[in-house]
Amino acid sequence: MGWLIEPGFFASAQVHTALVIGAAAALVSAVVGVFTVIRGQSFGGHALTDASATGGSGSLLAGVNPLLGFVVGAVTAAGAMEAIGVRHARGRDLATGIVLGASIGLASLFLYLDTTATATTGATQQILFGSIFAPAPGTVPIVAGFGAASLAIILALYRPLLLTSISGDLAAARGVPVRLVGLAYMLALALAVALSSLAIGAILSTALLIGPPATALHATRRAGRALIGAAGLGIACTWIGVLLAYDSAHWFSDGNGLPVSFFIVAVIFLAYLISDLTTHRATRRSTAAGRTGALVGDRDPRAAR
Amino acid sequence: MQNAWIVATMVAVIAGVVGFFVVLRGSAFPAHAIPNGAFAGAAGAVLVGVSSLLGLGVFAVLSALGIGSLGRRGRHDVATALALVAMLACGAAFLSRTTEYAPEIFSLLFGEVLGVSTTELLPVAGLGAACLLAVAVLYRPLLLSSVMPEIAEAKGVRSDRIEIAFLIVLALATAMTVPVVGALLIFSLMIGPPAAARALTPRPGAAIALSVALALITVWAAIALSYQTNWPIGFFVGTISALAYGLGRGWNAARTHHHQLPHSATFTDASSPGSPAPPLGQRRQKRRRPI
Repeated sequence: MGWLIEPGFFASAQVHTALVIGAAAALVSAVVGVFTVIRGQSFGGHALTDASATGGSGSLLAGVNPLLGFVVGAVTAAGAMEAIGVRHARGRDLATGIVLGASIGLASLFLYLDTTATATTGATQQILFGSIFAPAPGTVPIVAGFGAASLAIILALYRPLLLTSISGDLAAARGVPVRLVGLAYMLALALAVALSSLAIGAILSTALLIGPPATALHATRRAGRALIGAAGLGIACTWIGVLLAYDSAHWFSDGNGLPVSFFIVAVIFLAYLISDLTTHRATRRSTAAGRTGALVGDRDPRAAR
Repeated sequence: MQNAWIVATMVAVIAGVVGFFVVLRGSAFPAHAIPNGAFAGAAGAVLVGVSSLLGLGVFAVLSALGIGSLGRRGRHDVATALALVAMLACGAAFLSRTTEYAPEIFSLLFGEVLGVSTTELLPVAGLGAACLLAVAVLYRPLLLSSVMPEIAEAKGVRSDRIEIAFLIVLALATAMTVPVVGALLIFSLMIGPPAAARALTPRPGAAIALSVALALITVWAAIALSYQTNWPIGFFVGTISALAYGLGRGWNAARTHHHQLPHSATFTDASSPGSPAPPLGQRRQKRRRPI
């Protein structure tokens, strides 16, 4: 075991915090992310990480709690994206892009003012890349609170949300308030993204939001199973990544390991690639055997747009 | 200072032309992901000790190929998101191996147009010319497969090949522009002015010309304002681009409100913002439902 788990892994308090925060973020991201993937809103989910970073850099400037900045930034941007309110995918991506561009512009101004006003040179890197090993003091309970709120929204809206995500027309015909459900979902997404990009950084936030749910949706067509699979996979990837990052300190002579975000993303990406290749082979075999239809349906690239 | 104007003009022309197709094809996410992936390449190039332009180019093309091949089966947006985070994670790993890099990160992300040297002009001009040439060669099939993919397929245009070719053009455009306006803001320039131009005119040729003109105005105004206030140029590019998009949409909404019958529905497809005649399904969805 010594070669796999370097000594001191289970004794380190830093590792404990990383495992707990990482698992919480992975769980919330996976549950919200299944709907993000089904709705085709990966771009929105990613754009919100940058928007929350804008809020975070603004909060450094204003001297308020960064978490408040992250949440306000993400919720404002989510509201703006919904307000522009273009329903079809291409136009929605454009609206997302405009909001993203404007918020990045603001972030560059805030960061510039931060660095000139307070001479905190690490601010850029801290905001952009975050660190699971060094959460700000007092973050854990707040992260848990917002995570629970986000999960509560998703679970309360589970059925109408699933219906609107799969077919907006069908949901509307059944009398589901499509826009209201969409707005509530964006709120849940914004909360989940804000807390995960604060706790674990922008890169990991997107990776955990999209990677495990997309992998799980490759393996199963049932939403309930995909939720459980995505959550399990997300937590597993996070923990393996933390372990590898801890070990990696021993791989280099200078004792500085590679960042944990690198390992977690690498594991997530690998899992997605494997599931992509295996399902591709499976669908090809089943179509060769003459069984076409539902399984192949959403792999049509035009349908995915 | 003179170099800044020259290089910014070249960047605006490229962004205006390539951005038109980005908006037309709905490739906003790849247009955001490729520059970010390229940024990781620059970090890697510093680590290995080669020119950062080489790192930018290699990683931009790698991102484009990754997005194209992963997106061929499976969802485009998922493929783009995963390629993006994979590249960024590599960037984070590279950065952790180098020291004293923080100011350079800032300039690569947000641009350093005022510090462009004369030796940097030539590669930018070369890559820019290559981009324009590629767009000129691909013009007809690219336009057709963007607007009417089914008809393009029927005419023998391979839309998957066009997609890869377009992503590579996007990658080239990125590699030349990232050192100048930054990984994060070339994206604004590729979205805002072209989207505004598309809202203003339905004809592709006119829209491209207008898109270039708006991009030029955006960049020139941003440089002048940045010089005056000493604030980062990216802030002005982002804000003016968003403003241009808002004005374009406002103008479009006002015009369709006046003319109930749109005079030119030939070119506008369902994706144009505030398009006068969306297909029935979308029109139905847009209607407000009692809540």
